[in-house]
Amino acid sequence: MSSLDTTMGHSAPSHAEDNYLTHAHGIKSWLLTLDHKRIGVMYLCSTVGALMLGGVFALLLRTKLLTPGPGILDMSHDTYNRMFTLHGAIMVFLFIIPAIPGALGNFVLPIMLGAKDVAFPKLNLASYYLWVFGAVFFVTAMVAGSIDTGWTFYTPYSVTTPANGVIWATMGVFILGFSSIFTGLNFIVTIHKLRAEGMTWFRMPLFLWAIYSTSVIQVLATPVLAITVLLLTVERTLHVGIFDPSLGGDPVLFQHFFWFYSHPAVYIMILPGFGIISEIVGVHSRKHVFGYRFIAFSSLAIALLGFLVWGHHLFTSGQSALASVIFSAITFTIAIPSAIKIFNWLATMYKSSLQLTTPMWYAFGFIVLFVIGGLTGLFLAAMAVDIHLHDTYFVVAHFHYVMVGGTLLALFGGLYHWWPKMFGRMYNEMWGKVGAVLVTIGFNVTFFPQFVMGTRGMPRRYFTYLPEFQAFHIASTLGAYLLGFGIVLAFANLAIGAFRGRKASANPWGGATLEWECSSPPPHDNFAVTPTAHDPYDFAHLSYDEKTDGYVARRS
Amino acid sequence: MSTAAAHNHHGEEGHGHDPHLAHHFDSPQQQFDSGKLGIWLFLIQEVLFFSGLFCAYAVYRANHPEIFEFAHRYLDVTLGAVNTAVLICSSLTAAWSVRAAQLGQRKLMIGCIVVTIACAFGFLGIKYVEYAHKFHDGLLWGEKFNPKYAPGGHGEEAGHSPTADAEGHSGQHATAPGATITQEAAGEAKVTTPRNTSIFFSIYFAMTGLHGLHVIAGIIVYVWLLWRALKGEFGPKQYAAIDFAALYWHLVDLVWIYLFPLLYLIR
Repeated sequence: MSSLDTTMGHSAPSHAEDNYLTHAHGIKSWLLTLDHKRIGVMYLCSTVGALMLGGVFALLLRTKLLTPGPGILDMSHDTYNRMFTLHGAIMVFLFIIPAIPGALGNFVLPIMLGAKDVAFPKLNLASYYLWVFGAVFFVTAMVAGSIDTGWTFYTPYSVTTPANGVIWATMGVFILGFSSIFTGLNFIVTIHKLRAEGMTWFRMPLFLWAIYSTSVIQVLATPVLAITVLLLTVERTLHVGIFDPSLGGDPVLFQHFFWFYSHPAVYIMILPGFGIISEIVGVHSRKHVFGYRFIAFSSLAIALLGFLVWGHHLFTSGQSALASVIFSAITFTIAIPSAIKIFNWLATMYKSSLQLTTPMWYAFGFIVLFVIGGLTGLFLAAMAVDIHLHDTYFVVAHFHYVMVGGTLLALFGGLYHWWPKMFGRMYNEMWGKVGAVLVTIGFNVTFFPQFVMGTRGMPRRYFTYLPEFQAFHIASTLGAYLLGFGIVLAFANLAIGAFRGRKASANPWGGATLEWECSSPPPHDNFAVTPTAHDPYDFAHLSYDEKTDGYVARRS
Repeated sequence: MSTAAAHNHHGEEGHGHDPHLAHHFDSPQQQFDSGKLGIWLFLIQEVLFFSGLFCAYAVYRANHPEIFEFAHRYLDVTLGAVNTAVLICSSLTAAWSVRAAQLGQRKLMIGCIVVTIACAFGFLGIKYVEYAHKFHDGLLWGEKFNPKYAPGGHGEEAGHSPTADAEGHSGQHATAPGATITQEAAGEAKVTTPRNTSIFFSIYFAMTGLHGLHVIAGIIVYVWLLWRALKGEFGPKQYAAIDFAALYWHLVDLVWIYLFPLLYLIR
């Protein structure tokens, strides 16, 4: 990764002015950097690496599922169990949770605020290295320990399974959790204390509202996961019996603790995506975002309501009926802030000067997938329906629509949106759109058949299946190949653009947020003079300049 | 709010680690405020970290009150009370060290830090004595729970009223055959131990153990502060690290102030 980055640094001197890529040279200047932009780029490379690793496991699983039984890969059921555990755990802990805050959040957040850096740059680098250490530790423990518990580590199985790696894997989760907590803490303090002049709360770009809400969840929910996995470790090593029914403990308590973190964590995964889509829809529609305050507050509402719904994961686990009714009702209310966002994005696009750029294509894809994922969530929130659908492929399809559709498409949209800023070069627009279409279609072909299978009773995590499901599984697998190809194409287009693309102007899209006021790529300290913040979605003063192929401000 | 703070120069140098203002802050006040907000968020995170254990305590206590009423008598209230006093004393000196730093009273500040460290070691020492008794007497978690005597006394001096109480409670479990363990309590009447009493000790060791780890972390922080204080790094313009450490130490103290009644003083 670092060698790749240093070559980028060397390719950039054609830029006249000093920028963060050329500011210092050598591997050490990357590995020990305190610059939020470089840390963001390092997060990007690492989390994309994790995505590729998790994706390989996904494709292996899907290939096996072409046929019932061991299939063409001759995979044993134990290998299958380990592989879906690896796929889920790597994707959740190493990609979806850290990717957008770590990569785009780090890169964009301080610039959007008009700050020189995050509040605690050393802590920021420490978070990154905690992630790296945790990731290596976690993956090694899971592979060496042959863990087959699924990413949820449910007790009592995780306490009784002979796979001893559970202890080490949960310690890996513990370390990754603190990486996430420190990132969230850093962002909250930065947003509170380092806003430039004129940057009131309601002049903050919506991406920052989303990151702020995400950070609140990271700081409040992740410690509960930390104590849970710590207790699980103690349970396994000392047999204290807190989660072990044979010693008087309660395994369902583990599920409560686990989902008290992991349900809010679902919003850690989706909220940054909402933020990115809000930026893309505003800028590429060339129109003031409709219902700014509603979108901003809906992020906070989702963050807070997200803490009150964990019981919907336990409808069938032996929870009191009254608690289930309450959790079901609160779960339904989350649909309200989510729908507020969707309607406001659509209202922003309505009668706007919509630009069909690659980021906008990803925003379309995101909205389609999120509507499908969100509405199927209501099926699962309804208790009677959930009894039928729980632990089927319907659930698998639902959360992939929200988490993958949400995070992955938003990440791509955000990368395509900010890529000219990050590396100072444009990508190929045509191939960008092809990638967006392939990813969106591939995703739907992969997961839509899983909804159908789920309603017809195909259980999740099963090694084999009845013959009537085979047609759906084959469709799903072919979709997965298409999705994988689309993802590789999308990243390849970005990488080629970063090295070979034509130079980008400071403001190629005509965005009004502060990051478009500094040059592309940004200088080491972001701004020569601390800027003054204005309305982030007022595009009236920006006009297109053909000479630079970008927008320039003509503020009177 | 933050912009107002940024322009609010107090002429103070409130830094954490660097003798100079970090490049990305506009003013020392902004830097100090950022650090303060950061440590408060860290403390909130700590509260939620402990909350899992408090939650487990609440669940098991609500479901099995007889276990807690019975087993807490094994704990030594005197040692627990002494430890509470020791920690409160250390919290006082921690707070005092901040004030001494603000007023430039260097010797007082160093003295307060030393007393804080000493109290922390004292706390761990007393905790060690308590743990040693528990290990010696088989008052442990899970299957290791194998008490050598009935609660309320140490060895020979078996308690009187606790024994009676325990028998009273054991009645609730008479319906579950084989669910109770009967013991010979130093020649006195038979004492029945509620089923799964070991859960109390699981929770006791988990909570006090995690708290103990936080005390050890606090000692490390305060030794580091002492080293820096002896080098003369702190003064009226630079006391942020002492301030933040004291906030952490108060939280460690506060957790114990909840643990003591919840574990030792159950009625």
